[in-house]
Amino acid sequence: MAQIRVENLHKSFGQFTAVHGSNFTIENGTFFALLGPSGCGKTTTLRMIAGLELPTSGRILLDAEDVTFRRAAQRDIAFVFQLFALYPHMNVEQNIGFPLKCQGLPRHEVRRQVRETARLLRIENLLSSKTSKLSGGDRQRVALGRAIVRRPKAFLMDEPLGALDAEFRHLMCDELRELHDRIKATTVYVTHDQLEAMSMADRIAVMNAGKVEQIGKPQEVYDRPASMFVADFIGSPPMNFLPFEAALQPGDQAIKIRDVSIAVPEIREQGAAGSLVLGVRPEHVSFSDVALLRGRVFGSEYLGTTQIVTLDMEAGRVKARLPSTAPVKIGETVGVTFKTDCLALFHAKTGWAVRTANYVGTHHG
Amino acid sequence: MANVVVGHVSKRFGNLKAVSELSFAIDDGEFVVLLGPSGAGKTTTLRLIAGLEHPDEGSIYIGARDVTRDPPGTRDIAFVFQQYSLYPHLSVYDNLAFPLRSPARRVPEQAIRKRVEQTAELLHISKKLNNPVTRLSGGEMQRVAIGRALVRDPAIYLMDEPLSSLDAKLRAELRLELKRIQVELGATILYVTHDQVEAMTMASRIGVIKDGKLLQVGTPRDIYEKPIDSYVAGKLGIPPINFIPAEVIPEVPVPSGTRTVGIRTEHVQLGEMNGAGFVGRVHRVEHLGDQNHVHLEYRDQMLVTLADPHQPLAVGQEVAVKLVGPLYFDAAGRRIAATVH
Repeated sequence: MAQIRVENLHKSFGQFTAVHGSNFTIENGTFFALLGPSGCGKTTTLRMIAGLELPTSGRILLDAEDVTFRRAAQRDIAFVFQLFALYPHMNVEQNIGFPLKCQGLPRHEVRRQVRETARLLRIENLLSSKTSKLSGGDRQRVALGRAIVRRPKAFLMDEPLGALDAEFRHLMCDELRELHDRIKATTVYVTHDQLEAMSMADRIAVMNAGKVEQIGKPQEVYDRPASMFVADFIGSPPMNFLPFEAALQPGDQAIKIRDVSIAVPEIREQGAAGSLVLGVRPEHVSFSDVALLRGRVFGSEYLGTTQIVTLDMEAGRVKARLPSTAPVKIGETVGVTFKTDCLALFHAKTGWAVRTANYVGTHHG
Repeated sequence: MANVVVGHVSKRFGNLKAVSELSFAIDDGEFVVLLGPSGAGKTTTLRLIAGLEHPDEGSIYIGARDVTRDPPGTRDIAFVFQQYSLYPHLSVYDNLAFPLRSPARRVPEQAIRKRVEQTAELLHISKKLNNPVTRLSGGEMQRVAIGRALVRDPAIYLMDEPLSSLDAKLRAELRLELKRIQVELGATILYVTHDQVEAMTMASRIGVIKDGKLLQVGTPRDIYEKPIDSYVAGKLGIPPINFIPAEVIPEVPVPSGTRTVGIRTEHVQLGEMNGAGFVGRVHRVEHLGDQNHVHLEYRDQMLVTLADPHQPLAVGQEVAVKLVGPLYFDAAGRRIAATVH
């Protein structure tokens, strides 16, 4: 297994720059998610790591060895595509064993390794089945089996669950992560689904318009988003943004929105002035009769355990996640408070987070 | 607007019973959602009410009128399909005006303009009225498709998964908008979907449908808190309800006849060692951001529950699990209403 290192990676297609100077290191055994909307450069990055595209500039190192211009076949990497590309004329055992057969391994050795892989994936009972007879999930397991059977240095996966329905996707997330825990292979996983990335990855790189905006542990990225883009992309419903104007000084611990003072984590940077944005996650909004900040209940969405309440405030629309037992009336005006420690502040113009006591040690991507 | 009553309706396609003995009523101004997997008979039910299919048995009333044998055009319904089928050569305005310009209706052009403008305002697409529909985003196109139904004032709106082709963010936005519009207009809507969140968040009442049969009808809260059986219990809730055989957790007192205990995340308290409970082992912690999904292992059973993301829970750690007011199901999967103290 391997460490993957990406240095100043650039890729242009004609006039269009798909990837702008990415830098990151994926440690051995890590499950690493490249997360972003379509067109952000995540798949291009993955294809360069795989050797399916050549970078315009920059380097890719596999276990400290420069593989930037090596062919895909010489990189000892397994690529799992979005579609379940299985050989329809072969049975499950032949499909999984195919990469080994191509390497010229003796037949009994192929057989041994295929059985071992099937055991890991818990599909031993399917080995002699035809692939056309399999359910969607089993087909995906076989596709995974074919990737893991030759024990490559790393797995690269491009939205492997994209074609599955929501319920089943969740099940496969559990399985993929369990498989990772068993074989501990370095994995790079590309997805636009923040929940997949959050629930499976050890580390997430959030990409936007060809640039990595933030790299961190899932909870870290959620709790301390480096930019408004990241804050908006991760979380459902996403973070609420309330714009305001101010000239904040280091040491300040409150801001004013429409003349109402709101306590925030202590400011730790110069130059937090002009158009700023307060960021608050829905679960950090609560109701209080005495609060000066007021909002009118626009709607409430019952979700069983919790409800999402949408409020219209002077400063904008705010969503709150409350227990479903909380009584909420549409049209009524309520007082609103925010959980101070968890608030984020952003520069409206650049979108980058303002450094505060909550953001110590976080850096931009 | 009017109420709709479906009485003992059955429909077969060859050997397949698409819907059987379906009976339910939609009150004037109600938003009813039929929730079920594909093949459950949701779309067939809509098509039967619209008159696009005829029932083999049973009756359909719209208002006080028996429309069971009436052609679709005379039923006074508006249908919104899953795929927004707009006229690509027309502007947003003309797409919206189209149903009103039907020769069967003969609405004066001035009244049409007023109605279209009102509808566009309701849908927040006033600024796009002169755009060709081909220049719209997916969300805007779906708004126009919904708007084309809303310009009319039919007895009932029938909607067949109108949001399912949109991305998650847009879907969440339009869910809220659609509910607002329905409340503002006092519209009667029958909406079918396989998405539990759509059903929970928009419906006045949900009908859970499976294999052509209506299993339970009730408010979202009723169905979530008092499901009739384990199938219905499993349709609502994220993470899904956990079913643990009662014999695996003898520590937990249950009413007699209980075969399975249904445990939702709000029935679980972690870490409090006193009271009726058992000790589970953390198998996996899944991050969602606002919450964690904690997978607990207990005697080969897996229990998934929510926990605060900042509660320190490590894989392999043992935690006490206390159950508060779980659901109980008998051998046939029916819920037992009894409470235990």
